[in-house]
Amino acid sequence: MSTFKTLLSGRSRALVRWEFGLVLLLIATMIFGANESKYFLGWQTFFFAGLNFGEIAIMALPMTLIIITGEIDLSVASMLGLSASLLGYLFIHGWNIWLAMGICLIVGILGGALNGALITILGLPSIAVTIGTLTLYRGIALIVLGSNTAQGFPVSFTKLSLPIAHTHIAWDFAIFIVLALIFGVVLHSTALGRSIFAIGLQPETAFFSGIRVKRIKFSLYVVSGLISAFAGLLYTFQQSSSASDTGLGLELNVVAIALFGGISIFGGRGTIIGVVLAVCVFGSLQASLTAINVSAQAQNIVTGCLLLVSVLLPNLTQSFSDTKRKLQRRKVVGT
Amino acid sequence: MHSHEAVLKVEHVSKSFGPVQALIDGCVELFPGEAHALLGENGAGKSTLVKILAGIYDVDAGEIILNGVPVEISSPLAARAAGIAVIYQEPTLFPDLSVAENIFMGRQPLSAGRRIDKAEMIRRTRSVFERLGVDISATRKARGLSVADQQIVEIAKAISFDSKIIIMDEPTAALTDVEVARLFEVVKTLRSEGSAIMFISHRLEEVFAMCQRVTIMRDGNFVRTSTIEEISLDEIIFSMVGRDIVSVYSRHNSELGDLILDVKGLTRAGVFKDINFQVHSGEIVALAGLVGAGRTEVARGIFGIDPIDGGVVTFKGKKLKSGSPLAAMSAGIGFVPEDRRQQGLVMDMAIDRNVALASIHDLTRLGLIKSGSEKSLATRWASQLQVKFGRFSNPVKTLSGGNQQKVVLAKWLARTPSLLIIDEPTRGIDIGTKSEVHKLLSELVSNGIGILMISSEMPEVLGVADRILVIHEGRLSAEFSRAEATEALIMRAATGQESVVA
Amino acid sequence: MGASIFKKTKSSSFLLKAFQLREMGIVIAIVLVFGLALIKNSSFASTASIQQLLSGPSVVILLAVGETLVIITKNVDLSIGSVLGLSAYVVGDLFVHHQGMPIWIALLAGTLVGLLCGLINGLIVAYARVPALVVTLGMLYIIRGVDALLVNGRQIVPSSIPNSFINLGSNSILGIPILTLIAGAAVLIFTYIMRTFRPARDFYAIGSNTEAAVLAGVRVQRRVFTAFLISGALAGLGGALWLAEFATVGSTAGSGYELNVVAAVVVGGVAIFGGSGTVLGAAFGALLLNTIDQALVASRVSSFWNQAVAGALLLVAIAFDRYVALKTELALRVDRFSSSEAK
Repeated sequence: MSTFKTLLSGRSRALVRWEFGLVLLLIATMIFGANESKYFLGWQTFFFAGLNFGEIAIMALPMTLIIITGEIDLSVASMLGLSASLLGYLFIHGWNIWLAMGICLIVGILGGALNGALITILGLPSIAVTIGTLTLYRGIALIVLGSNTAQGFPVSFTKLSLPIAHTHIAWDFAIFIVLALIFGVVLHSTALGRSIFAIGLQPETAFFSGIRVKRIKFSLYVVSGLISAFAGLLYTFQQSSSASDTGLGLELNVVAIALFGGISIFGGRGTIIGVVLAVCVFGSLQASLTAINVSAQAQNIVTGCLLLVSVLLPNLTQSFSDTKRKLQRRKVVGT
Repeated sequence: MHSHEAVLKVEHVSKSFGPVQALIDGCVELFPGEAHALLGENGAGKSTLVKILAGIYDVDAGEIILNGVPVEISSPLAARAAGIAVIYQEPTLFPDLSVAENIFMGRQPLSAGRRIDKAEMIRRTRSVFERLGVDISATRKARGLSVADQQIVEIAKAISFDSKIIIMDEPTAALTDVEVARLFEVVKTLRSEGSAIMFISHRLEEVFAMCQRVTIMRDGNFVRTSTIEEISLDEIIFSMVGRDIVSVYSRHNSELGDLILDVKGLTRAGVFKDINFQVHSGEIVALAGLVGAGRTEVARGIFGIDPIDGGVVTFKGKKLKSGSPLAAMSAGIGFVPEDRRQQGLVMDMAIDRNVALASIHDLTRLGLIKSGSEKSLATRWASQLQVKFGRFSNPVKTLSGGNQQKVVLAKWLARTPSLLIIDEPTRGIDIGTKSEVHKLLSELVSNGIGILMISSEMPEVLGVADRILVIHEGRLSAEFSRAEATEALIMRAATGQESVVA
Repeated sequence: MGASIFKKTKSSSFLLKAFQLREMGIVIAIVLVFGLALIKNSSFASTASIQQLLSGPSVVILLAVGETLVIITKNVDLSIGSVLGLSAYVVGDLFVHHQGMPIWIALLAGTLVGLLCGLINGLIVAYARVPALVVTLGMLYIIRGVDALLVNGRQIVPSSIPNSFINLGSNSILGIPILTLIAGAAVLIFTYIMRTFRPARDFYAIGSNTEAAVLAGVRVQRRVFTAFLISGALAGLGGALWLAEFATVGSTAGSGYELNVVAAVVVGGVAIFGGSGTVLGAAFGALLLNTIDQALVASRVSSFWNQAVAGALLLVAIAFDRYVALKTELALRVDRFSSSEAK
C-alpha cells in the first residue's frame, strides 16, 4: 500500500514507469539480437537501424508536441513525399540544388501553415483536416513529378546515406539526436513547453492564463511541415532518388512511434526521452527480427502489439486502482 | 388545504462531502397539483437536495417517501422510473437528433417488426407540445434550440415518462421575460393535470407569481414551509439570510487610491450592453446579480477572454487591447475564474507548476526555465496563503477545494497584479477556508490592490464589498455603497424591479 | 414580439434545410462533375463507362458503410484496409486449396475473417476503454503482419480463382454490375436499419452526447462493440469482393484504404466526432471521389490530379460544414438578442 502511494505521488509516475519499461525492452531486444547473430552488436546494426528509421524518428518529434497539445498531424508523410518530389522536379529542371532545397523547405512551412490555419482559425478537427491535406499534398506531389523518378543527385549530397566521416553513425540518426535534444529542451525546460502541456491538459485554463493557444498550435503545425519537408530532402539524398510515392503511408508509423514512446493520445502527457527510447526499441527490434529472418511486413505484428500494450497497460492498471479505490470506499461506508 | 396525500416527502435527509456538510436536515413535502418553491441562498443545500432526488447523490441519513412508500433513488434511471424528472438550467440533449427523438430516445414507439413508428413518435411529441401550449417543431434537430426551448423539450420528456414530480433547478436564470411567461403557462398546465412541481429560483417575484407554497432552507437546514399567502417578501428574505452578516466578515479599512479600471459602454451583442463603471485601488467592488445576468461575461470581456462588440476598457490610463488575456495580464490584471477545474487550474499538473503557470515567462533565463524557480515561487506563495499539500510535485487535483482555490489565487498574486478580478471567490470551499479567503481579500486591498468581485452569495457581497454594482439582464441596474446596501435592495435591483443607477 | 421565438427566421430555416440537404449537395456535385466530364469527352456517358463509375467504388462503399457506423459512435476504425487485405488473401487461399468451393462460402469466409478482426477491435475499444484511434492503428499493423506471414511472399493468381467467382467482380445483371448491386444492397439495408431500429438510433445518441445516452439507458459499450463488429464484417466481405474484382492478391492489398474510406465518409457529411451523418451520404461521398477520379481520366487531365482534387474537396467539405454550423449559431444568438431587445 505504501509503495502504491509513493508511486502515486511522483511527478507523472506512469511515464517514469513506462520509460523504465522501454529501457528494459531495449536491453531485452539487444540481448535477443546478440544471441541470434554475432554481428548484431557490431556497428552495422546500429548504422542501418539509424538509417532505416531516421525520417520517421525525425518527424515523430514535432508529432510528439502536436499530440501533447491534443491534436494530430496525419499529413507528415505526404509532406515528406511532396518535398522529395519537388526537389526531384526542380533538380531535373536544372535548378540550383541549394535553391531547390530552400523552396522545398518553404513549401513545408506553407503546408504546415495551411494545416495550422484550418485548425486554429476555422476551428476544424485536426484529424479530418490532416487527412485532407494528407491526400492533397500527396496529390500535389503526383502533379509535380507524376510517375517519374528523379535521380542523379550530386554525390556530395547522396553521401548522406553513408556514415558520418570517421564514425559509424548514420547522418539520420545524428540529426535525429540533435533535433531530439532541441525538442527535449523546448518541451521540458521552456515556457513554451509548459504551455504545450497546459494546452493539452486543460485548454481553457491555458487560455485563461495568458497562453496564446491558437498561436502555439499554429506554430507547431508550421514546424511539423518544415521538419517533414526536411525529412523529405534527407530521404531523397539517401535513396539517391525521389518519386511521388516517397514515404507513402509513413504517417501512421510516426504516430505509432510517438504513442509507443508514452505520449498520451488525449494530450498533456509524454516526454521526448520516451520517444527517443521508442525509436531505439523499434530500431533494435527491427534489427533483431531481421537477424532471425522475419520479413519486414511480419514485423508489423510486433509493432502493432507493442502499440496496443502501451495503451492497454496503463489503462488496465488504472481500472485496477479504480476498482481498488471503489472497494475501499465501500468498506468505509459499510462500517 | 390539500385533500390528497403528499406524492413526495423528504424527511431529515443529510449528505456530506468529506468534511463539508452540504445538507444537514433537508425536509420538503410535495402535493399533487402544486408548484412549490425551494428557496435559500447559495450553499443552503438546495442543489444537494435536488441531486439526491435526481439519483446523482446517495443520502447519508434520512428518508425519501414516494406515495407513502420509502424509496432509495440509486441512479438517474431509478429516479426516472420513480416518476421524478429533474430539469436543469442547461439541459443535456442530443444536439444531432430530432426533438421527437430526444424525447423518446431508447423507448421510441414501435410498430410491427420492432420498427420505430416515426409517425407515431412525432404525433405523440406534437400532442405533448400541444398540451403544453408551445410551438416547437417535432422534427427539427435539437442543435440550436434556445435554452428555453431545450427546457421545454426536457419537460415534454418528463411528461412522456408520465413523471408526476417535476423539479426545475433555476429554470428561468437564462430566460428572457417572454420565455419566462411561456414557462409559467406550461407549469400551470402541468399543475392542472395533477403534477407536482418543485421550483428553485432566486427571483422571488417569480415565486410569488407562480408558486402556492414555499420551503426555505438555510445552511443545509430546513427553516420553514408556508403557503404563499401567509408569507411576505421580507419574511422570506429574513428566513433565507437569518444571520448577523456583519459579524462574519472582518474588514480592514483602507484608503481609496487612484482610479485603475475604467469601463465605458462595454457591449457584447446578446450578452451585455452599455456597461459603465470604475474600480480604484484599495477598494473591493462587487458585481451582484442573478446567475445568467451577464456578470461573468462582463469580467471575461474586460480580461479579453471573449471578444467585445463595443466600448472601451481603460486600465491605469491606457486603453486595454480587447480580446487578449495576455494584454490584460501584462497591464496588471489577474483573473480568478468561476470554474476552478476547467479554467483556473490544470488539474493534472503539479502544484508548483500551476502556481507558476501565469508567470512562467518571468522565470526564464535565455529562454530556459531557471531550475527550481517554479518551486521557490510556489513555496513563497504557498506559505503566505497557507496552502496545505503533500508535495509540490503532486498534481493539483489531489488538493481539497479550498486549497485548490488558494493555488489559483497564488498563481495570480505571484504576478503582483494591481487589479484582481475574482469570480465566485468562495464557491464550493469549506467555511474555514472561506473566511481565510475573505481575510486575504481585505489584506490585498489594504496593500493597494483593486478587486472586482463577482459573487452570488449575498452575505459575501454585503460583507466584503465597498461598492456593489448590480447587473440585471445584461445591464447595470443599480449601484450601492457599502453603507446603503441591503439584501432586499440588491435583490430588487437584481430582479429588475427598480432601476437606481446613480 | 414573442412571435420571434415561435417562428423560425428566414436565415435559420434556410440553413436548417442546408443541413438536411447535405446528401443532396453531394449528388449535385456528382452530377456536375459528370456533366463537365461529358462536355470534355462524350464517351463518358457510354454504358461501359457508367458501369465502371458504379462498380469502381463498390468495395470502398462497402467499407464506408461500416466506417460510418463506427464514426457515428464517436470512434474510428483504421484497421479496415488491413482487414480487407487479410480477408482477400484468406479467401484466395481457400480457393487454392478447395477449387470447387461455392461462392457463398467464399463470401461467408471473408465476412467471418472480418468479423473476427472487428471482434478484437470492439472488445478492446468498448470494454477495455482504449481510444479507438490507437487500438485500430495497432490492429492495422498486427493484421497486416499476420497477412504477410500467411502470404509469405506468395501471390494468389487469377488461374487459381474459379471463373464463377471472378464473374462476380466483372459481370452485370440487367446492366448493373454485380459489385454495385452488392454495395447498393448494403447501403440500402443499413440506411433502412439506421433509420428504423432503436439500437441503431442508439449509435447516434452515443456519438451526439454520450453522457445523455447513458442517462437515457443506452447500453453504450454493447453498441460500440456492435459498430466495430459490423465494420469488421463489411471490410471482410469487401476483401472477398476485392479478390473477385482483381483476381490477384499480394500482401499489400488494401493498404492505405483506411484513410481513403475515412475521407469518403467525411466528404459524405458524417461528422468526424460522431453523432450525425448517414450511410447514404458516405456512399455518395465515395461515389463522388471515384467519379472525380474517372472524370479527370476521361477529360484527359492527367490522372495525377485526382488525389489533389480529392484532398481539396475533403477540406472544402469540412470547412463548409463548419461554416454552416457557425452561421446557424450566430443567427440564433442575434435572433434571441433582438427579441429580448424589442420587448
